[in-house]
Amino acid sequence: MNQPSAPAATIEATCPECDAAVVFDRSPLNGEIANCTDCTAELEVICADPITLELAPEVEEDWGE
Amino acid sequence: MNIAMTYTRLRTEERMLLDAFEHLGVQCTPIDLRTVVFNPLDPLEGGVEWGDYDAVIDRSVSLTNTLVAVEMLEHFGIRCVNPLGAIEICSDKLATTLALVRAGVPTPAVRVATNARSGLEAIEHIGYPAVIKPTVGSWGRLVARVNDRDAAEAILEHRELLGSVQQQVFYVQEHIDKPGRDIRVFVVGNEPIAAIARSSEHWVTNTARGARAEGIELTAELREICINASAATQADIVAVDLLECPERGLLVNELNHSMEFRNSTETTGVNIPELVARHVGQIAEEARVESEISV
Repeated sequence: MNQPSAPAATIEATCPECDAAVVFDRSPLNGEIANCTDCTAELEVICADPITLELAPEVEEDWGE
Repeated sequence: MNIAMTYTRLRTEERMLLDAFEHLGVQCTPIDLRTVVFNPLDPLEGGVEWGDYDAVIDRSVSLTNTLVAVEMLEHFGIRCVNPLGAIEICSDKLATTLALVRAGVPTPAVRVATNARSGLEAIEHIGYPAVIKPTVGSWGRLVARVNDRDAAEAILEHRELLGSVQQQVFYVQEHIDKPGRDIRVFVVGNEPIAAIARSSEHWVTNTARGARAEGIELTAELREICINASAATQADIVAVDLLECPERGLLVNELNHSMEFRNSTETTGVNIPELVARHVGQIAEEARVESEISV
């Protein structure tokens, strides 16, 4: 008989803008961009362990493709 | 075979690429450029053993960081994707125009001037409406359609008084009366792999500005012009932006050396990151073999 699969471990951090939980479906890397689903702030992972988020920098003049 | 991916901001595209490398069983190490210090005399200083890598794919969102990193890495003898020469052509609209003109690739007419007075003359040469663009810039920023002389004089004065020194280069392009869309073709290893059309109510049809994208057929005509455009830059991986001119047919508008593709895999049904990763893997393998032979 198949065993029910264990729930995936939740990877969570706190939005620095609104304190809501920001959930990752896998371990993020340094510099990874995430969005807060509560306040829609664009966030950057500045430390992957423990996960620490900051507001992502604004778009700069030389950014793009 | 060892590959590194340099970045400054790990977006969806970079994650997709890392997943694609992993899926192919190719080791790819992400390196945050913001943590790196380069010593031109010592590739081992600064915490990254660059000599361990057969190739580096740069995915920095900042052009300045890209140019610094790729210049240093090529100095260390590391094969970069894309090479510095290709990045310099694609990232500068004037250099792009010149490369396309030299290669005989159809492109919109352009005039270039270096002060406001000759800028006005350049616009009048092109005729109204004209499009004025910064030579370096992305996502449609500071691109303006100039419909008449009054608007031309206002934009030129604003740029002269408020712009940076770089804004004093007046790159003026003919306005193409396109059918509400432009075309982007993804080219990997000089082989067109997928095409999208970007449609918008606004005359700037850039997905970063809200345009909608849909997959379209890669016709023989599209393939040919994109192969020629890609060859003109010697890029390994490039996105070619084209306009459909009612009189002259397809014209290459711009080339992008660090293409964004997060929404295009689904719309085209083509696994763009995997094809990119596969090609980078081939380049790294060739570089590895070459370095073994030369030892």
